Amino acid sequence: MISARSRGLMAAKMLMKGTAARMGVMKRVSLVFKAKANKALDKMEDPRETLDYSYQRQLELLTKVRRGVADVATSRKRVELQMNQLQQQSNKLEDQARKALGMGREDLARGALERKASAQGQLNDLQVQYAQLQAEEEKLTVASQRLQAKVDTFRTRKETIKATYTAAEAQTRINEAFSGISEEMGDVGMAIQRAEDKTAQMQARAGAIDELMASGALDDAVGGQRDDIQSELDMMSASSDVESELSRLKGEITAGAPKQLEGGANGNSQGAQAPQAGAQAPQGQAQPASIPAADRPAEPQDGEG
Amino acid sequence: MIVRISGEGQFSIDDAATAELNRLDSELEAAVNRNDEAAFTAALHGLLDQVRAHGSALAADTLEPSDLILPPEDASMDEVREMLTEEGLIPG
Repeated sequence: MISARSRGLMAAKMLMKGTAARMGVMKRVSLVFKAKANKALDKMEDPRETLDYSYQRQLELLTKVRRGVADVATSRKRVELQMNQLQQQSNKLEDQARKALGMGREDLARGALERKASAQGQLNDLQVQYAQLQAEEEKLTVASQRLQAKVDTFRTRKETIKATYTAAEAQTRINEAFSGISEEMGDVGMAIQRAEDKTAQMQARAGAIDELMASGALDDAVGGQRDDIQSELDMMSASSDVESELSRLKGEITAGAPKQLEGGANGNSQGAQAPQAGAQAPQGQAQPASIPAADRPAEPQDGEG
Repeated sequence: MIVRISGEGQFSIDDAATAELNRLDSELEAAVNRNDEAAFTAALHGLLDQVRAHGSALAADTLEPSDLILPPEDASMDEVREMLTEEGLIPG
């Protein structure tokens, strides 16, 4: 058995040095897995110790893979939350565009629709990520179930070996039990690593989207942040409120005016009208009419000279 | 013969099907050697499909080691290179 183990290591070392070039990918990958298993076996003095040691490692790995499933699920839920936020945002922007159009503000409507397109783009991207995370979660769940089944078998066999065989006899049995489970452990370990890498990538992107939403580039509807399209719409409706308020007040004043005039406020009333006429003058008809009149005499003069 | 698809599970395969597996494996290796990602992906998927089509899944609770191990379906060429030469796995 020791010689078999050494052979495994030798083959592994050979492939490291590139002397196993014609071995094929399948064989080389399995040799790497075997080398890993053999390395763990080599650590133990009494082969039966490897049983308890390995079983402990198996339980640790089971915990790790379950945590991996939970981590991926957390990431998936985060993406789901962002998708909901972006969908709300997209709906809100469409509403704003509709309102803006209703008020005859095509420019605002265009701005809102541009943002909607951007939100929609992010949303499509997240849908792809969501599907990937879901697949990853399922894969790890199945891996965890498979490992659990193998760990159960191993535990049974471990007890049989410990009870039945002497240290010398046990080695063969242990190797048989051990090689299968360590291969599974190596594989599950790799699956967890891959899932972690993918999750980390997606978390980075999710963070970027959070930042984007916080910056207002997509406008954060949920956060209730300042929103310039909304504030302009608000301003427009506010100013129309102001206008109606103004005309209401004007109406009141007009209705009340005769009473004030009777009270000898004639001079005041004229005084108030005079500055108004003066203020309107620059924009009004009176002054432009007078300016050409003043200019006209100058033109013939220039022409003559 | 028992073949594992990494991340997917173990399959038992008739020896009759191994010739085709070896051919596809050579393609896979050649693609890695000449750094051809597209050919690599095609060969890998061909290999995995062959195993799935001709193999029968082993029970989850078996402790049989595999004769051959294949990279996972979504593995990149760089990842496979890493699997083959990963430092720390093998001392020396």
